[in-house]
Amino acid sequence: MSTSLLARVADGRKALVPYITGGITADWTDYLLACEAAGADAIEIGLPFSDPVLDGPTVQEASDRALARGATVASILADLSAVTVGVPLVVMTYANLVMRAGPAIFCARLAEAGVAGLLVSDLPVDEVAEVELAAAEAGLALILLVAPVTSDERLAEIARRASGYLYAISVMGTTGERATVAGSAAALATRVKAVSDLPVLVGFGISSPSQAAAAAEAADGVVVGSALMRRILDGATPGELAVDIASMRSALG
Amino acid sequence: MSPMTFMAEPVGGRFGDFGGRYVPESLVPACAAVAAAFRDAWADKTFRDELDGLLSVYAGRPTPLTPASNLSAQLGISLWLKREDLAHTGSHKINNVLGQGLLARRMGRTRLIAETGAGQHGVATATAAALLGLSATVYMGTRDIERQRLNVHRMEMLGATVVPVTSGSRTLKDATNEAMRAWVADTERAHFLLGSVGGPHPYPWMVREFQRVIGSEARRQAPVVPDVVVACVGGGSNAAGTFAGFVDTSSRLIGVEAAGGAAMSNGAPGVVHGARSMVLQDDEGQVAEAESIAAGLDYPGVGPEHAYLGAIGRSEYRTVTDDEVVEAVRRLARTEGIICALESAHAVAWVLRAAGTADLPAGSAVLLTLSGRGDKDMHTLIGGTA
Ligand SMILES: Cc1ncc(COP(=O)(O)O)c(C=O)c1O
Repeated sequence: MSTSLLARVADGRKALVPYITGGITADWTDYLLACEAAGADAIEIGLPFSDPVLDGPTVQEASDRALARGATVASILADLSAVTVGVPLVVMTYANLVMRAGPAIFCARLAEAGVAGLLVSDLPVDEVAEVELAAAEAGLALILLVAPVTSDERLAEIARRASGYLYAISVMGTTGERATVAGSAAALATRVKAVSDLPVLVGFGISSPSQAAAAAEAADGVVVGSALMRRILDGATPGELAVDIASMRSALG
Repeated sequence: MSPMTFMAEPVGGRFGDFGGRYVPESLVPACAAVAAAFRDAWADKTFRDELDGLLSVYAGRPTPLTPASNLSAQLGISLWLKREDLAHTGSHKINNVLGQGLLARRMGRTRLIAETGAGQHGVATATAAALLGLSATVYMGTRDIERQRLNVHRMEMLGATVVPVTSGSRTLKDATNEAMRAWVADTERAHFLLGSVGGPHPYPWMVREFQRVIGSEARRQAPVVPDVVVACVGGGSNAAGTFAGFVDTSSRLIGVEAAGGAAMSNGAPGVVHGARSMVLQDDEGQVAEAESIAAGLDYPGVGPEHAYLGAIGRSEYRTVTDDEVVEAVRRLARTEGIICALESAHAVAWVLRAAGTADLPAGSAVLLTLSGRGDKDMHTLIGGTA
C-alpha cells in the first residue's frame, strides 16, 4: 500500500498532524474530535511505552501519566473503537508493544479499532520486514522515519518501503518543544521530496504557528506533538486545545 | 547453530532469533559507524597491541586465578576465583572501557556518554576518559546514586559529569534510556560507551570481545578444564567474557541472576534498548521494574547472546535472593579474606547453595568470575540504603 493518507496534500494544502498520547485522560478521545474540528488532516496517537527512548521530557511525562492512570493498548484501542473520527488515525509506538502481541495480531487489532497507519519509533527499515508484512495484510499504512543523518542510499530504501507519508525528523535529538526549527529540517524535507511521491511531514520540536509555517515550506506539512501534550498536561480542555490547533492551521494556510 | 557463533561477528548482529539493531533511524548511522570502526580496529594489530599494553601496564592484567582453598574444603568442591576485583577501578568494567575508549579516540570522538547502575561502569568510563583525554557524561538513576555514593564521588574526582536520572525506577534501565537520548543529540562528537553486552549491534558482539580477555586468561590459568564455569549476570558482560573462553569445552556455563531481575529465568522475548532478547515485562510489553540489592543487576533485560545460548541449551541460568547474596559476601570475606561486590556475590551464593547437590556435585571443579570488589557496597551491607 503506497497511497497517501493525506489526500488533501495533493491539492497543495499543507497538512497538520497533531500527536496525542492515548489514554492521557479518561475522555481523551475528545481531544481527537477537537483536533478534527480544528482542521487536522490526520492524528497520530501515541500508545504509551514504559521506555520511550526517542521521546523528550514532555512525551515521557504524558506516557507515564497515561500508564499510571491504567491506560493499556487494549483500553486505548477500545476507546478508539467507540468514537468516529473523520480523519485518518496513525498509531505511533515502540517495537516491544508490537512484538509482544505479535505483529500480525497487533496490526489486525489496530485495523479493527479503525486505525489507518502505524509508525514504530525504534523499528528502522533494516528491522521492519515482519511488521511491514503484517501492516500490509491488515491494510495499514507503514510510516517510516527519516533523519538528517540518513544517507541517500537508506533514504531511497525507506521511501520505497514506506506508505501513508514519510516522517522527517527535523533535528538530531528526541521529541520536545524547541525555540527554533533546525535548518536541517528544510534540507532533509527537500532531499526526501526528491526521491518520493509520498507526502513528507516534518516533526520534532514544532512548537508554534510560525514554526509550523516555516517547517512546512519545504515539506508537505508538520506533526505537532510535545507542544500540544504540554498544554494537555497543564490541563488544557479539548476546546482550549482546538484553539491552538486552529491557529497552527491558519498559519499553514 | 553451533556455539562457534561465540567466536565470530554475528551476521546482522543476530544471535539466532536474538540481537539486531532496534534503534530509531537517527541512531542507525552512528551504530553502523561503531560497527565498522570496531571491525576494522579488531583486525588491526596496532590497535590490539595498544589495548593489550593498557590492559597490562595500566589495568593490571592478567588478573590472578585464586584457588579458594578454605571455602573449597568446606564445600567439598574445587573452587577457583577469577579475580576481576583486582583489576584497576575494581571490576571487569575496565576491560570494556579501555577498548571502547581507544575506539572512540580512533573514531575522532571527544566525548563519552555512559549509563551506570552500580557505578562501576561509570567509574571505569570516567577513568578511561581521564586517561585518553576525553570528556565523560555518566547517567545514573537517583536510587543508585543514593546506594552507590562512593562511586559517584569517584566519578566526580575523575572529572566526569554525573547526571541524575529521575524517571521510571530511577535505576539502570532508566539511566540507559537517558544515555541513548543524549547520544541521539550528539552523535557527531560523542561515543555511547555501553557497559554491558546488551544494546544494538555491534555492542553485544563488541563488548563480549573486549571482555573475552577474562575467559581467555582463565582458560590458560585453570589447571583443569572446569566442570562448571559460573558468573553473575546483569546485562551479562562478565559472564559473556568468561563464557567465551570455555564455550568450546565441556564446561557447563552457568549465569546467576538476581531473583528480582532475572530476565533469563523469568522474562519473555522482547525488544528493549536496541536488541531483541529476554525481558521482564507484562502481557502487553511494558517493561517491568527490576528489584535487587545489587545495583548492577537491577535490570529487567539481558544481552542477546545469553538469550541465544540459553535457548540452545549451551548455558544455564539460576537465581539467588538478596538474603543469600548478603550471606555470600560475608562467607567469602571470612573464609578467603576477599570482600566482593554484591553483584559478584550472586555467583558465590549459587555455589554455596548448590555445592553437594545434583546441580553441583561434590568434587566438581568450579571456576567463578569474581567480577568486582565490595568497597562500594559497604554502606548497603552495614545497614544503609538498599
Ligand atoms: C562488579 C559488577 N559485576 C557485575 C555487574 C553486572 O554487569 P555484567 O552482567 O554486564 O557483567 C556490574 C555492573 O554494574 C558490576 O559492577
